[in-house]
Amino acid sequence: MAATSARELRRRIRSIKNTSQITKAMQLIAASKMRRAQEMVLSGRPYSDKITAVLADLAAQLKTLEETGDGPVVPLLEERTIKSTGMVLITPDRGLCGGLVANINRAAGEAIRGAGGPVAVVSVGRKGRTFVVRVGSDLKASFTGLGDRPSLEDTLQISNLVIKEFEERGVDRVWLAYSRFVSTALQTPTVETLIPVEPADLKAEEAVGYIYEPNPQAVLERLLPRYVQMKVYHAVLEAIASEHSARMVAMKNATDAANELVEDLRLELNKARQESITSEILDIVGGAAAVQR
Amino acid sequence: MATLRLEIVSAERSVLDDEVDALIAPGVEGQLTILPHHAALLTQLQPGEITIRKGGQETNMAVSGGFLEVMANRAVILADTAERAEEIDIDRAEKALKSAQEAIAGRGAAEELESALAAFQRARIRVEVARRRRRGMGGGREQ
Repeated sequence: MAATSARELRRRIRSIKNTSQITKAMQLIAASKMRRAQEMVLSGRPYSDKITAVLADLAAQLKTLEETGDGPVVPLLEERTIKSTGMVLITPDRGLCGGLVANINRAAGEAIRGAGGPVAVVSVGRKGRTFVVRVGSDLKASFTGLGDRPSLEDTLQISNLVIKEFEERGVDRVWLAYSRFVSTALQTPTVETLIPVEPADLKAEEAVGYIYEPNPQAVLERLLPRYVQMKVYHAVLEAIASEHSARMVAMKNATDAANELVEDLRLELNKARQESITSEILDIVGGAAAVQR
Repeated sequence: MATLRLEIVSAERSVLDDEVDALIAPGVEGQLTILPHHAALLTQLQPGEITIRKGGQETNMAVSGGFLEVMANRAVILADTAERAEEIDIDRAEKALKSAQEAIAGRGAAEELESALAAFQRARIRVEVARRRRRGMGGGREQ
């Protein structure tokens, strides 16, 4: 009895050790991917800051134009009565990243329920697609396999699709749902409005008053799609950084739990071994006593 | 001598950040030369070549479009893509140019033609910038 138990314990220890080696390896891979993803988020930031500032200045100029009455309506700025909503849902392709997928999907689900109208979803990543199909929302398009280091070019299909959809009045607004990367330990699920673009408010005295070539409206018409494309690209980068951080933490927890389990089992194994030795000695001593008698 | 600060950023990375003497950029309404203390300006760029002058030396870059902002003696180029001449793989660029030419010859639909033409334009500029750089380097070696 004791011997089978010891053998069983040894088998379990071996198997758990194997598992912990795998999770440890996954943890290290996630850590190095996370570093790269974080760098990409950071290196994209100057562009995003700059384009946001320029856009705010332009919007301030246009507001004064609109107030004088001859203001042009630029499509991507147009606020319409909301009949239908589009959503770009960015999730990982793969699981094993703790609560990340559940969190972003829950936030997206809540937003969809609160939209007060039909929501068409463009999913980026396999996990989001599965979710949309499961809850029975309208899946407009689905993108997977962007990889760990997408270029702006790779995300253009996504952004151009929703821009087109908005401009052709298929949807009256577009949301962007993704996990914002705050730190290695914290990723916040975020749902924000992508279109119509809401330029940051700029105080009048901060407005620079550029010379525009060819003219403010033409520049704005080209700048806005760029801005939307940049936002989508940036959200994808943030989501990737979040994914790898969450996976690293999840895998670290799994490795720690496995190691703890191995410790417990080893203790049990030692006890079982000692017990069996004790009982063997008792048998021998008892046997010897019987012979002597 | 006065200089101006030039930053070139693309969505993916910061390409250049330096003090320069002058900058020549391909604006949509024609070539623009930006000297120090230029007035605030925001213009769209077309695919073309950026020339940067610094201390009597010229550096060339290929840009595939974007925006140029000048403000308070700082020029910022928000480039769709930007590559230094020495970064361009000339063989690849020539191949891209060739396939863009083929795409133009083979396609009829207006929409496809437009994107093919844009690709052709980008490829042509990259090849030109890279070739000029190669010639410059060749001359240097002979001396």
